[in-house]
Amino acid sequence: MAALINVPPKAKRGDVIEIKTLMSHIMETGYRRTAAGDIVPRDIITSFSCRYNGSEIFRADLFPAIAANPFISFYTVATDSGTFEFEWIGDRGFSATAKAAITVE
Amino acid sequence: MRLAGAIAMAVLLIAALPLHAGEIPHDARRSGTTFMALATRAMQDDDTANPGMLWALEGEELWNKKDGVSDKACSDCHGDASTSMKGVAARYPAFDRELGRPVDLEQRINLERARHQQASSLAYESRDLLALTVFIAQQSRGMPIAAGSDEELAPFVERGHELFMRREGQLNLSCANCHDDNWDKHLAGSAITQAHPTGYPLYRLEWQSLGSLQRRLRGCIFGVRAQPYDFGAPELIELELYLMTRAAGMAMEAPAVRP
Repeated sequence: MAALINVPPKAKRGDVIEIKTLMSHIMETGYRRTAAGDIVPRDIITSFSCRYNGSEIFRADLFPAIAANPFISFYTVATDSGTFEFEWIGDRGFSATAKAAITVE
Repeated sequence: MRLAGAIAMAVLLIAALPLHAGEIPHDARRSGTTFMALATRAMQDDDTANPGMLWALEGEELWNKKDGVSDKACSDCHGDASTSMKGVAARYPAFDRELGRPVDLEQRINLERARHQQASSLAYESRDLLALTVFIAQQSRGMPIAAGSDEELAPFVERGHELFMRREGQLNLSCANCHDDNWDKHLAGSAITQAHPTGYPLYRLEWQSLGSLQRRLRGCIFGVRAQPYDFGAPELIELELYLMTRAAGMAMEAPAVRP
């Protein structure tokens, strides 16, 4: 699954930086029915988390009311150079990861 | 003499009015982008917030992926899309000499798959076809729309224009009734806009997905309670072609975002 991550490549120590993530997912609510009347099974991302050099800095639970291709943006303080690791977990064994590097001066 | 004078006057008048009645003057044409809320515009303008870019990324993978009996990728013949596909989408729908009719970008991709990759056709609105189409369309971003310049397309453009003007469906509305005559008004809460297809395939928030111009046209036709043409129907291609000539010179925006 495609993911788009926007982390500033460089920041000054102590800067507040914005992190933007966009994940490709249909986010099927589980409330819709087919023309034949059968329920379309729920298929959503249930959890998103972000780790900065190994420690978790952001976590979110997702629910059926969230639109397809969830866009999640949040802020953190640039403390050290290193890596942001992102993880999305969802129904039907859905799991996706992404990484982004940052240089802190 | 009087009659001849009147005829000459009429000819002059017609010559002075190159526009069809009710058509939007050239300098008053606007992209759908200009009708959108600022938040939706910001989403379109930021490549890391524009969900259409997810399809473009997948399209790039498909561009380089070998497929079909001949085991060739698009890139094996066309190379780097950023040069070989630059401006291509701005010229579509284009005339296919073998078929003797215009084909849109989706059909061109499937023709190339059949002729050069010996691969199966991708279904209309399938993720792969939308991804490849938007990846190719993206290479023309910012370039002026130049479809319909081929002389052989003239009768097809004209037929598309007739379809645009023709009332149909239980509501008995033509495309022009909204998009030429009332584009500055609203239909319920939504801006009507001017029917300039600058950003297709585009991400429509209502669809929660990327979609083609044909999908949009079928939605409109359904909206006037007429029977939509099937995907790939000649009428839809002619409409696409007319709409692209209507937007001639306007900048390509794919993948656009629309509400």
